[in-house]
Amino acid sequence: MVSQQIVNGLMLGSIYMLVAVAFTLAIGVLNFLNFSIPGLFMLGGMAAYGGVKMGLHWSLAFAGALALAGLVSLAVERLAYRPMRGGDPEVPLVSSLGFLVLLENLMLIRFGSDQQAFPALLADTNLRVGGLVIGMAQLASLALSIALVIWLSWFLSATNTGRRVRTVAESGETAVLLGIDMSSLVPRLFIGSALLAATAGILFAVNYQQVSPFMGEGVGFKGVAAMIVGGMGSIWGAVLGGLLIGMVEVLSISLIGSNVVNITVYGLLLLILILRPQGLMGRPPSREKL
Amino acid sequence: MSGYLTGVLVTLSFNVIAAYAVYLPMAAGQLNLGIAGFMAIGAYLGAFLTNELSWPIWAAVPVSAGLAGTVGLLIGLPVLRTHGIYLAMATFALGQVISATFLNLEVVGGAAGYPVAAYAPPAVVFAAAAGVFLFMVLLSTTRFALYLTAVKSDATVADLLGISVRGIQVAAFTLGAVVAGFGGALYGHHYSFIEAQHFNVMLSVFPVLYVLFGGTQTVLGPLVGALFFTLAPEWLRASAEWRYALFAMFIILFMAARPQGLVTTSMFRLLGRRKAQAPA
Repeated sequence: MVSQQIVNGLMLGSIYMLVAVAFTLAIGVLNFLNFSIPGLFMLGGMAAYGGVKMGLHWSLAFAGALALAGLVSLAVERLAYRPMRGGDPEVPLVSSLGFLVLLENLMLIRFGSDQQAFPALLADTNLRVGGLVIGMAQLASLALSIALVIWLSWFLSATNTGRRVRTVAESGETAVLLGIDMSSLVPRLFIGSALLAATAGILFAVNYQQVSPFMGEGVGFKGVAAMIVGGMGSIWGAVLGGLLIGMVEVLSISLIGSNVVNITVYGLLLLILILRPQGLMGRPPSREKL
Repeated sequence: MSGYLTGVLVTLSFNVIAAYAVYLPMAAGQLNLGIAGFMAIGAYLGAFLTNELSWPIWAAVPVSAGLAGTVGLLIGLPVLRTHGIYLAMATFALGQVISATFLNLEVVGGAAGYPVAAYAPPAVVFAAAAGVFLFMVLLSTTRFALYLTAVKSDATVADLLGISVRGIQVAAFTLGAVVAGFGGALYGHHYSFIEAQHFNVMLSVFPVLYVLFGGTQTVLGPLVGALFFTLAPEWLRASAEWRYALFAMFIILFMAARPQGLVTTSMFRLLGRRKAQAPA
């Protein structure tokens, strides 16, 4: 029974992992706690649902949802991030939160506040391995999440663009001095982070077969927790944190009860922050003043 | 006063108190994303004192505020070892843990919620909000406010000038928790019912919006922000379902045009600073 829960935890964790990587890109590189990411996660799921409901083929619906999320993220960059560059780090938080409220309410107007059933795309083919039940959709999304993260990690370490991103993460000023074109790199980062969040939203919709305008909040905040537990700015930290948070959530529901989820998940986060603020796999902050 | 107007003004009062609970730590450079947790402590303890121990409201509310402050102090000491975004996330986690704890405390109703017998009429709520505001104005004329600004602007220099940076940080965090606990205790006694689900992330985050929208540079900023955020959705009520969408759009555009917030110390100096920043 516990091993079944571990499998479920891994599945949930793979979704947190993608959201955490999306947050890590925004915060590790740009030092911007982008609260529109839960909104983009929700947009991914809801727009895919809207597309499928309109009778589009699922692949078109998914592509449309991803494109929409990318476009919205460009607007976030233009309106929330760009005007505040160099100011107080908490200020862009307000407008990115504004985007979250805006997206939620636009979806509310379009689809209503009820939870909608997302159609099952893969026929209910479950894999049975020694008493364990593994849904094909779950397995596919776990594989896709891991593949995406491996690709991203390779991209950041081996390509020129990846090297630029890491330079910006190290120091924005140095990056500008070295001639990195911030005005083209930053929007691309925003699109990348939006695509990850929207992919997570679509995977969530496919796996749990439900969407709602507020699906982003719970998952989004757990994604933040996963990012910090793993270590801010570290891709593999986000992976570890996401899987860990997913596991802790599923195990505490099955062993204790659903009301304690916030205590265990955020208690773990608090504990990590007090004992090891840089996260499990993060580097200690190098320019600490006091 | 019509019931509607009273209702809006009561909401406004609670929002003003919450805004100042966020403002104090923020004036010292801390982003507190967990004040809902301190509100929950104040609300539940206040309700427990009047319900189970039949304390009068006037005693229960300050004592609960004090306890929220004590929790803030005890938790602030380890949590304030972290800075910047880490601190924001620690307070965020803290708020979640506290409200989830109350969700599981059967002695105060657990998930079913907790009715509060004693009642605080609107006039008391208005007076409390006015009191918090006056206290903050008073505080802003003392040296303490200067210390806060110094710690926020440059902690190293403040340290060199002999200010106990850590002391000021803990004091600001604790005072914020006291104000939040005060608001929470009053909230329970006015609405006669509390449930742990009310003290969620959004309750912590919206006061931060009020403060950043109003501007963190002056003591008036949080008041203006809370006023705007409470009244503007009411004005937009005519456009029913679109009102929050319109409101969110307005906030996004406003913050893009004026990131410092509505009320600032000196328009001229800010205009100059913005010009200086432009080439970066």
